[in-house]
Amino acid sequence: MTELTNSRLFRRVARTVPLFLLFGSCLLLQGCGVSNAPVLFPKGPIALAERDLLFTAFGLMMIVAIPAIALTLYFVWRYRRANEASAYTPDWEGSWKVETVIWLVPAIIIIALGTLVWDATHRLDPYKPLASDKPAFKVQAIALDWKWLFLYPELGAASVNELAFPADRPLNIEITSDTVMNSLMIPALGGQIYAMAGMRSELNLLADEPGVFTGRNTMFSGNGFADQHFKAHAMSEADFTTWKDKISGSADVLDAKNYVELHKQSVANPVSYYSSYEKDLFELILRKYAPMVGPHESEAAELICRGAA
Amino acid sequence: MGEMSVTTDLLEHEEKKSLESREFGFWIYLMTDAVIFALLFASYVVLSKNSAAGPTSKELFDLGHTAGETALLLLSSLTFGVATISMSEDRSNRVVQWLIVTLVLGLGFLAMELIEFYGMIAQGAGPGTSGFLSAFFTLVGTHGLHVTFGSIGICVMIGQVLVKGLTLPVRSRLVRLGLFWHFLDIVWIGIFSVVYLPGVM
Amino acid sequence: MLGRLTFDAIPLYSWVAMGGAAVTVCGGLAVFLLITYLRAWKVLWTDWLTSVDHKRIGIMYVVLALVMLVRGFVDALMMRAQQAIALNSDGYLPPEHFEQIFSSHGTIMIFFVAMPFLTGLINIIVPQQIGARDVAFPFLNSVSLWMTAAGAGLVLVSLVIGKFSTAGWTGYPPYSGIEYSPGVGVDYWLWALIVSGVGSTMSGINFIVTIVKNRCPGMTYMRMPLFTWTTLCVSILIAFAFPALTVVAAQLALDRTLGFHFFTNGDGGNMMMFANLLWIWGHPEVYILILPAFGIFSEVVATFSRKRLFGYKSLVYATACIAILSFTVWLHHFFTMGSSANVNAVFGIATMIIAVPTGVKIFDWMFTIYRGRIEFHPSMVFTIGFMVTFVIGGVTGVLLALPPADYLMHNSTFLVAHFHNMLIPGALFGYFAGLNYWFPKAFGFKLDAKWGIRSFWFWIIGFYLAFMPLYVLGFMGMSRRMEHYADPTWQPYLVVAALGALCVLAGIVCIAVQLYVSAKNWGSARDTTGDPWNGRTLEWATSSPPAPYNFAVLPEVRDLDAFHDMKIRGAAYQAPVQYEDIVMPKSSGIGPILGALSFVLGFAMVWYIWWLAALCLVLSLICIGIRACDDNSDFVMPAAEIARIENARLAQISAADLHDMRDFMPRGAASGAALPGRA
Repeated sequence: MTELTNSRLFRRVARTVPLFLLFGSCLLLQGCGVSNAPVLFPKGPIALAERDLLFTAFGLMMIVAIPAIALTLYFVWRYRRANEASAYTPDWEGSWKVETVIWLVPAIIIIALGTLVWDATHRLDPYKPLASDKPAFKVQAIALDWKWLFLYPELGAASVNELAFPADRPLNIEITSDTVMNSLMIPALGGQIYAMAGMRSELNLLADEPGVFTGRNTMFSGNGFADQHFKAHAMSEADFTTWKDKISGSADVLDAKNYVELHKQSVANPVSYYSSYEKDLFELILRKYAPMVGPHESEAAELICRGAA
Repeated sequence: MGEMSVTTDLLEHEEKKSLESREFGFWIYLMTDAVIFALLFASYVVLSKNSAAGPTSKELFDLGHTAGETALLLLSSLTFGVATISMSEDRSNRVVQWLIVTLVLGLGFLAMELIEFYGMIAQGAGPGTSGFLSAFFTLVGTHGLHVTFGSIGICVMIGQVLVKGLTLPVRSRLVRLGLFWHFLDIVWIGIFSVVYLPGVM
Repeated sequence: MLGRLTFDAIPLYSWVAMGGAAVTVCGGLAVFLLITYLRAWKVLWTDWLTSVDHKRIGIMYVVLALVMLVRGFVDALMMRAQQAIALNSDGYLPPEHFEQIFSSHGTIMIFFVAMPFLTGLINIIVPQQIGARDVAFPFLNSVSLWMTAAGAGLVLVSLVIGKFSTAGWTGYPPYSGIEYSPGVGVDYWLWALIVSGVGSTMSGINFIVTIVKNRCPGMTYMRMPLFTWTTLCVSILIAFAFPALTVVAAQLALDRTLGFHFFTNGDGGNMMMFANLLWIWGHPEVYILILPAFGIFSEVVATFSRKRLFGYKSLVYATACIAILSFTVWLHHFFTMGSSANVNAVFGIATMIIAVPTGVKIFDWMFTIYRGRIEFHPSMVFTIGFMVTFVIGGVTGVLLALPPADYLMHNSTFLVAHFHNMLIPGALFGYFAGLNYWFPKAFGFKLDAKWGIRSFWFWIIGFYLAFMPLYVLGFMGMSRRMEHYADPTWQPYLVVAALGALCVLAGIVCIAVQLYVSAKNWGSARDTTGDPWNGRTLEWATSSPPAPYNFAVLPEVRDLDAFHDMKIRGAAYQAPVQYEDIVMPKSSGIGPILGALSFVLGFAMVWYIWWLAALCLVLSLICIGIRACDDNSDFVMPAAEIARIENARLAQISAADLHDMRDFMPRGAASGAALPGRA
């Protein structure tokens, strides 16, 4: 390639890159809903701590990443063939000084990040109960095709595709699945954890203040996956009492028979409330995947664990 | 004529080099196979207690039967070794004889394994019964499949020794088949100590 | 008789699927007719399909990769189009079809684009770089190729007969189990993986032995070019990692076909074991895809900076570190499965450690550029694009390696953006750089640089447009694999991403035009010396395209930059006193036959046609048996013939074609001195 095209090419690079950066940042700045991005602007201390870790790590890495990008571009421009004035060392093959720096600096950053991660992973273990002067509000979440069923042991009630809890209490969710692998996430409040049949996983979350957040299954699970989201309501005491009355007043009950009905696949299942649910429903669903010899102790258990047949 | 012999020498030289590579390559192949078995072992260990509604290992395994299988396979490794020694002594008839003995022992092992499998399936303990049995049949069956291919290999090599005699390539193939056969022995010892022994304890 | 194969298998369920099937069938038919029209069947069979020559096998691999790239990219375009319009609507694709598309996109891009592309480049170049006449096992090489092609064939056929998997390229059970995915889709996916995976394993073994055993005199390990080093590391990774894929795919196939319970819900299955086994293969696989590209970048950056590679030893050790560490991090793919904090933290830290050797590589390339004389050849431009963009991918990768941050980003489009950020600039740009760099070596004429540069600009701009919005969408809570969505703030980003995909389409078109234009003008871009770029490594010592035996006389290596050193010493292009006979492997039809048999075997297993599967298995065993008894697989190429070829080549080279080596000192003399001013 001739020098001429080289320099032309360079001008093209020089022109394109800033234009591109400009375009990119415009896109970001102009908003487009980024200000509502739940990960960047969380609504609870767990998500906030997770985000802060993200930011800290990002900042630390910029120590290496920015020089890497900037120097690459600068060197490429500086030592282009057309620039005959620049130095040229065709047989230079290494330098202990340079090598030491390029091994050590990233290593130090990773050591710093590593200690950070060790601490943060333990501090933000999703299984760890949250410190609070109030007792945690327990919810049992069950992944179904393609909806979420929430049981409220404290209320003895259940809801589908809607989660409500008092905003001033930590939320303790026990999770399992009565179908394929799912993953429960309410991004504004914190990270996700998988829901797997026959297994119990746990998520501890807390909201800063009353609000409505989107939650969903993030793990592809089939045709209704795209619609498998729900609203999580962190409620003030008064609102929660009202909601409690509403759900307790529901005419529907989630007995074994209705559960078998609910278990059938449905897409974008409407929000529904049940004033009561089958005793030990969560444990029975867990047990469904650990088959036992002989009949179950009750007809309900038989129905849930062995299906309608 | 002179030209011809130069060519033959050259071919022979290249052949030697190529056979050396083959032996090295075969070791690497055995390593990949070892990875397969390692993962099947790992799967078995993970699932070995998951007998679900089916029978457990204690109810199924018969150490006496397994001891018989073990004896047959270990003995066959020994007889293959003798065949290899006969090969280094250039006694092709002895090689064939010992290979036949090895083959018989190998087939005996396979027969015992099939009897075991058949018995288990007949009493409702097939591979579809539980995670434990799936892992068991897959691990032990994969080993059995290897023994089957090894036996086919022995048949082919008996034929080659009879037809071609102990030529360079035939020797190399025998050495590699021997490696394969001894490798299966080692895997079986693993199966014995990871599957059967803890299974009845 | 035909298992579960009936006329229902023809995709009459949607016009889009029918269209895909029609394009596939017509494409196949067109190729068939073209070959017939050109009366090329015989040449194709004797010179190509049955060839065991590593260069031809390599070319066939790359052709396979490029064809599959188009197919995989069409999938990508369809997904982007769907998501751009599917706000609160079903778009134009029903979920069932959308799911097949994202599953086949991932499967194709990893197994049938990236794998054959890198295997092809390795095949063409590595034996020449180490001064060898062929790979260690030329016949096995042919079997590997045809088994890879058989796997690709299964994916293509699934478009016409039956459906493809809807379980994503990772196919997690229990969703991919028979209970939740009863059709043939997952089986197509599994058999394509099993068949091509066995082929890849054999390639890995082949290249380990080739590099360990077939190096020419003087080529010590620490004089091997970096591409050869990365190939060695990758081959070891393949040999250790691909068996895991075979195991996990076979176990899932047993679950599906024979009712086993490895990964089922209940009955003693354990779905978490699938994730572990899959990623024990899957994470090394990431490095299998990327390391060869790192090797290519290392070659390209030295050649087009007109400078010795900076920190060769550092790069070698960094490569080895990455290869070893790649086996220690698989759990980071499922931090969210509920492991204890200790386990998650250990794997998170192990993952971050990989960033160190990777970062070192970037800096070593940067210092190769430093005080160089950079020429903007397309392969160099791809390399620069890679260096800048890959850093972003590395940063987002470390972010995902922080378990608590991963809880937020897992399964989101942020993750999708991250791994495309690694695989497009990291791997694919490397392969494209290799394509531009080594094309003249394979075909004897150069690729058009102008169209190469154009393809680069479309690719990189397209990449940023397509994936930067996905990073943002990840922050906004968008999950991957969504067929439609309800949040209107997502749509602008998805529209931009779709535009990015269109831009990439232009990049692919540019590559097609580049190939066309170059082939049309091949006479004016001929490479008579075999060394069009003033290269440094041994592959440039052969003619372009190389003679079947590559080197008439095996070279003697004295330096890392073996050929560069020869040129300086005046040892290049010298006729030896006397040529000698060379033993060459004979072509064999058994390779393609075994490939065809494994294709039919896979097809039969997918459709439960047991007798056909058994028949294929028996026939395959017979083929292997025949080959195992064959003592006549080589022939001798006489010295006279070699002298004729070599003399003709040397006669073509005139002094004017040779590169000016005055800038370079003879090795050993004042190697650190700067040469200001002169180019």
